[in-house]
Amino acid sequence: MTAKRTSRRDFLKTAVAGASAAVLPLPAIAQGAGGRVVVVGGGFGGATCARFIRRIDPRIAVTLVEASPTFTACPFSNLVIVGLRDLKAQEFGYDKLATDQVTVQISPATAIDAQGRSVTLGNGTRFPYDRLVLSPGIDIRWDGLPGYTEAAAERMPHAWKAGEQTLLLRRQLEAMEDGGTVVISAPANPFRCPPGPYERASLIAYYLKTKKPKSKLIVLDAKDAFSKQGLFQSAWKALYPNLEWVSLSTGGKVTSVDVGAMTLVTDFARYKADVANVIPPQKAARIAEIAGAADRTGWCPIDPATFESKLQPNIHVIGDASIAGAMPKSAFSANAQAKVCAAAVAKLVAGGKPDDPKLINTCYSLVAPDYGISVAGVYRPADGQIKDVEGSGGVSPLNAPTSTRAAEATFANGWFSTITQEVFG
Amino acid sequence: MNATRIVTAAALVLALIDYAAAAGPADAPPGALACSGCHAATKAANTTVPRLDGRNPADIVTAMQAFKSGQLPSTVMDRIAKGFSDDEVKAIAAWYGAQKD
Repeated sequence: MTAKRTSRRDFLKTAVAGASAAVLPLPAIAQGAGGRVVVVGGGFGGATCARFIRRIDPRIAVTLVEASPTFTACPFSNLVIVGLRDLKAQEFGYDKLATDQVTVQISPATAIDAQGRSVTLGNGTRFPYDRLVLSPGIDIRWDGLPGYTEAAAERMPHAWKAGEQTLLLRRQLEAMEDGGTVVISAPANPFRCPPGPYERASLIAYYLKTKKPKSKLIVLDAKDAFSKQGLFQSAWKALYPNLEWVSLSTGGKVTSVDVGAMTLVTDFARYKADVANVIPPQKAARIAEIAGAADRTGWCPIDPATFESKLQPNIHVIGDASIAGAMPKSAFSANAQAKVCAAAVAKLVAGGKPDDPKLINTCYSLVAPDYGISVAGVYRPADGQIKDVEGSGGVSPLNAPTSTRAAEATFANGWFSTITQEVFG
Repeated sequence: MNATRIVTAAALVLALIDYAAAAGPADAPPGALACSGCHAATKAANTTVPRLDGRNPADIVTAMQAFKSGQLPSTVMDRIAKGFSDDEVKAIAAWYGAQKD
């Protein structure tokens, strides 16, 4: 960690008091004071942002703070659950970030002093910053669904953070007798990966159809509408007669769980499960709240052009934790936001004015291993929010030949390889 | 060496510096950096999606226009191309053309 140094702001204050403002930027550069940026969270958003800040302005010193030495990716983890992929294929390390001279600190961020502009780590070290980028992902709202505690998640896995939970759900499915009932509970909006519960339902239905055909799958939903709904439902009708989706208005909202009885409770019925996958309500990860960047919704309001927090100056929030308007909480979004945020942070640290960005998202879902569907969007800041560019975006066609579905499954695989190469390779 | 030649040489050097600077991520026009979510920046990625680095800008512009109009069949590019104006596409294409393959 660098020695205590006058921050740009303090320097400016002192200098303005005694000298002409016109000469200010020069001494700062001569000192090599390109600025210090700390990025918290080493996922698709954070690792990308750290690397791109360095590439955009190599004078800026960038520290990436991450609790775990290994990142376990959520996209494609539904294939792990049904035994079609190894969890190892989801795991990535941070070694290659050294090629961009990003300093990686493996320790959780435990405190943020937004006024004094510093981050404190679990190992006790403190990192001052000129700008902070938070890309911390999500936390489960353990108070969001009665009966669903951290202990309950050991019996009814959420598997919404990839890793042990993913493997637990896989083992439970493998151990289930043919003829069993799997129940998935899907949360109300907003949550990480809007099409994720339905891809998972599809792939579990695929697993049951091929391995345990007497079994059935029930999806209890706290919503009446969901991402790529028409495509999913039409595929389910054709492929998975044993998959039943219960919408909010037909009594699908799970109001509590009884772990001892392996039962999910709605206002209208009790669903006994052999395997229960509870995808619970979520919020921005706790460090966002500690920073004072989360609002009463639990998520982080941001400026749509720079991703700077609307609550805390000099702190930017990207990825799932942010309220990014029309952009879904996806890995692709986090990666695209990270690059926009990196450019904005570099400009702001140097005293410049960031440009208005354009952003893209593309999310693939697998309905079966060789059956892919997608949603894509193009976005720009408008009226203080991130909005869709009119006339762009949308989902795969409802009627398409199997060759198109197969092509999208291939593109989905290519996407995972490409994006993980960019972020961690 | 006369003054004109010195000026010409200097202009050439400046143009090269300018060209080099315009090829970096700091100079990426709006939207350009989002493409590499699918169009790999490195050859290490295992994908059938074509790379954009070092491509002829005119080819990128032509393809984007054809995606937009539906002349060129695609899975997602029709939906994405419709989100960009001709000028935005030209800027993105020029930037990718300036990237080393």
